[in-house]
Amino acid sequence: MRSTILSIFAAAAALSLSAPAEAQQKTLTVYTYESFISDWGPGPKVKETFEKTCACKLNFVGVADGVALLTRLKLEGKGTDADIALGLDTNLISEAKATGLFEPHGLDVSAAKVPGNYSDDTFIPYDYGHFAVVYDTQAMKNPPKSLKELVDGDPAQKIAIEDPRTSTPGLGLLLWVKSVYGDQAPEAWAKLRKRVLTVTPGWSEAYGLFTKGEVPMVFSYTTSPAYHMVEEKTDRYQATSFSEGHYIQIEVAGMLKGANEKDLAKQFLKFMVSPAFQDIIPTTNWMMPAVKTSQPLPDAFNKLVQPTKTFLMGSDEVAKNRQAWIDEWLTAMSLN
Amino acid sequence: MLTRAERRRGIGWGLLSIAGIALFVGIAVAALLSWDTGNTQSRLFTAYTWRILRFTLLQAVLSTLLSVVFALPVALALARRPRFPGRVWFIRLMALPMGLPVLIGALGLIGIWGRQGVMNSLLLKLGLEQPVSIYGLSGILLAHVFFNLPLAARLLLAALERLPAEYWLLSSSLGMKPLSVFRFIEWPVARRVIPGIAGLIFMLCATSFTLVLVLGGGPAATTLEVAIYQSLRFDFDPPRAIALSLLQIGMTALILIAISLFPTPDDAGITAGRATRRFDGRTLPARLWDVLAILLATTFLILPLTSIVVAGAQANLWNLATSPAFLRAAWTSFTIALSAGLLAVLTSLAIIAGRGAIVDMKRPGGTARAFSVSLGGMSSLVLLIPPVVLGTGWFLMLRPFGDVARFAPALVAIINMLMALPFVMRVLAPAVETHRKRTGRLSASLGVSGFSRVWRIDLPVLARPLLTALSFAMALSLGDLGAVALFGSNDLTTLPWLVYSRLSSYRTNDADGLALILGIICLALTVIGTAGRKETSHD
Amino acid sequence: MTDGITLNKVELKLGTKEFRFDCALPAGAVTAITGPSGSGKSTFLNLVAGFETPDRGRILIAGEDVTEKHPSERPVSLVFQDNNLFAHLNLATNIGLGISPSLKLSGSDRAAISQALERVGLSGFEKRTPGTLSGGERQRAAFARALVRKKPVLLMDEPFAALDPGLRLSMASLLIELHRETGNTVLVVTHDPDEVGRLANHAIFIDHGQILLQAPAEEFLARRDIPTLAEFLSG
Repeated sequence: MRSTILSIFAAAAALSLSAPAEAQQKTLTVYTYESFISDWGPGPKVKETFEKTCACKLNFVGVADGVALLTRLKLEGKGTDADIALGLDTNLISEAKATGLFEPHGLDVSAAKVPGNYSDDTFIPYDYGHFAVVYDTQAMKNPPKSLKELVDGDPAQKIAIEDPRTSTPGLGLLLWVKSVYGDQAPEAWAKLRKRVLTVTPGWSEAYGLFTKGEVPMVFSYTTSPAYHMVEEKTDRYQATSFSEGHYIQIEVAGMLKGANEKDLAKQFLKFMVSPAFQDIIPTTNWMMPAVKTSQPLPDAFNKLVQPTKTFLMGSDEVAKNRQAWIDEWLTAMSLN
Repeated sequence: MLTRAERRRGIGWGLLSIAGIALFVGIAVAALLSWDTGNTQSRLFTAYTWRILRFTLLQAVLSTLLSVVFALPVALALARRPRFPGRVWFIRLMALPMGLPVLIGALGLIGIWGRQGVMNSLLLKLGLEQPVSIYGLSGILLAHVFFNLPLAARLLLAALERLPAEYWLLSSSLGMKPLSVFRFIEWPVARRVIPGIAGLIFMLCATSFTLVLVLGGGPAATTLEVAIYQSLRFDFDPPRAIALSLLQIGMTALILIAISLFPTPDDAGITAGRATRRFDGRTLPARLWDVLAILLATTFLILPLTSIVVAGAQANLWNLATSPAFLRAAWTSFTIALSAGLLAVLTSLAIIAGRGAIVDMKRPGGTARAFSVSLGGMSSLVLLIPPVVLGTGWFLMLRPFGDVARFAPALVAIINMLMALPFVMRVLAPAVETHRKRTGRLSASLGVSGFSRVWRIDLPVLARPLLTALSFAMALSLGDLGAVALFGSNDLTTLPWLVYSRLSSYRTNDADGLALILGIICLALTVIGTAGRKETSHD
Repeated sequence: MTDGITLNKVELKLGTKEFRFDCALPAGAVTAITGPSGSGKSTFLNLVAGFETPDRGRILIAGEDVTEKHPSERPVSLVFQDNNLFAHLNLATNIGLGISPSLKLSGSDRAAISQALERVGLSGFEKRTPGTLSGGERQRAAFARALVRKKPVLLMDEPFAALDPGLRLSMASLLIELHRETGNTVLVVTHDPDEVGRLANHAIFIDHGQILLQAPAEEFLARRDIPTLAEFLSG
């Protein structure tokens, strides 16, 4: 129950906002994560391309990451300005639906095909990446070929991983280990712990340590090497293929119930699964497109690890067990 | 001696500032608590909570201890050598770590002390087989000492420099040996300020977040701040976040009370304000000791900073510095930092005025004394309130009034102001007190008050400490990422946010370059803040 | 003697120390306040100046009750032992603040400042800052400020204590001269019996927060029946 103070202020605000808003041009507000809209991200190009076709203004609001995005929507509730939320991942979907803020899109989005055949009536997958261990070929000659090898390998060869309490890749690794090891996960973590140099709060810190040469391995995405090959013209950093298969992260977008511009929102969702949008994704978001692009992907993408098996847990299962699994992880990782 | 009107005004300002801070924090907490999420984790005091509480305390106590213990010889050496080439630059260097975003500092430290760092390369060349790993408690301590030793040394040095010049004439004429000088002159001063310094550093270390995770090596190294962040950002469980925050504040308050129980002698130094000349420490061993202390401290500070410079210099600095994204972020950062700095200075002055008014009362009653204590306590305990709590609370509060992005810059500035308040207080309070001691009676007897007093008597003398405090606060605000991260929108991008944004889109090089530019800006600020330091004071 | 300074059953407690003063000091005279250190000399002066307010009793200056008044509202000028001048302001400004606390000075005020400086032997020192002066010169400047303030009462707290003996003599004669010219009431705290003889027409002796003796200077210096006073006078 919200306090009376809040509702009083809300009433006052409603009064003050009742003045007629000027709206010559429709505006579509998209909440997303920050790196999507940075100068190097897909944002600027997406905005340019979409605005050409819609006779509207596309307004991005960027928060730190997908989790912060969901938190922001929860904070704003029904009064949110967002028409579309772009950048949740499959692990968050159950929680996102539980807010009751989203509305099924009712569109035919069969063009979007992601491994594991994920599909949903509310959220549209727009890109995906398999988690992977990325290693520095100059520091390591024999990278692990499986999760098992990673767990059992030489503790002197270190890896930097992310914290599942504060980051989505961290949660990804937790789920991956759970998918492969099941009930044996704590034992696996207890072994892997000796190879973990450090556990960072987010992907940026871990990857920073890796590119600075501090660790030979980092927990990242199969697509990470593409960035280095395309932008830096170097083959130095490579992902390693794990024989058990790879856990996947699928990024999705959905339309909000309270959207002011539902038609425009649907138009944008359709745009997202069209080649015009998808062409932008690979070399700006450094993820795999969910829809076939109009041009073949840059050569670098053909050199990437192509997982033969994909792990993906249902988001209900994740939501139900996340806390217990994190506790399990904490215990295993804190052993002396 | 204050007129009744002045005293009333002083207490009024004090009340206003304390009420303002209490309101700002209270509203955020109330807004959060009134939010029913229905998924509160009922059990707060689990084994996990106790474990992180224990670790938070352990690392904070050790970090504080090490920072102060190592800062003492550095401050003593600097005070003993009031003039040597590069002294002022060393002091400026000491202001730098505070202004760096912690991740940048951490990466700089790793460049030196990490597995592949300079130190380990040396050791490996010397025949060591495995690199020495700093990750774990040792890494956390190393980083905390890197960030806080300079702070402790600067505050200690300031206290030592406030000693009357006559003391040094006296001690040399009495033929006091270095040990007696330390025992009878230096240590009593240090002892008086160390509890305050230690308290400040303890709070900074207790609330440490990024450093603890990056260098901690695993979840065994987790602070309460991490749990608060997790419960608000990941689990969105406000009651738990508030409970954890209260736990953090309560625990730290206990420690601070314990620290304040150490007896501190009165500050009785009266000075003729002569320029300090030191006559001691002329023997060879004394010189060697001081040179060693200063050199070691310089090396310890400068190596990680150098590694930041080396990394940053590989970026195309000119292109970065002229890019629209940078200019926009720099402008945003600057306006926020300036507002936060000015606010912090004004609030500190109001608090100091309030405390001064109570000191001026002949027999302050219990209420007045409690008010004075709460003024002091409030100004430092604000450090313990996690920005994520303030930010989220205010987000909820302001949300009904429209786009929060409109309020975000002001909120970030206020949150940064609160963070800077304890530091600004530490710079300003002693300066104002000394100034009042020297001019209070004279001004009162001549009836110089109000604007005339501020303009003619206070400003000329306090301009320098005010500038130091302002630049200090601005540097802190410039380096802060936490507060901004909550509101992030394309309209509100600060420099540290830009650094992170570059890192999260693989642009490590650009991030290094931007970090270097940020460091240069902080250095420029400290140069402004320490301007005119060489000028000797005259009576 | 309603023209002078009256402390009517004044009581004050500071920490554990208690003070009780009840006396009337003559107008137009120089009264020396003496006593052992810590006896309450400075507290006495602070009460008259307004830096302390009594718990009980009244303080009257020239017949006016000033008990509750702020130092700046009392008809007094002050010269302390040290820190008499704002270190960052030049002499003209320092003295000008004695005329107008907001430094609104007329042409004649400026002339008065120069005259006062000339009177104390510091002509042409208007633009000098205190840091460039000797200790004696600084005290002279403080006298100059007292001159321009034209207050009927001048309070001095050991004004010459920081000066060397020769300088003390010349400063004392300057003070006497100025006193003759203005005819003001002067209270001077001193711990030097010689200074009592040199400066004062009148003296009081304070011990343990009480006035033990109040007498004309000659009688005061001759008294030997009070042990602590005898000890004080013998130096």
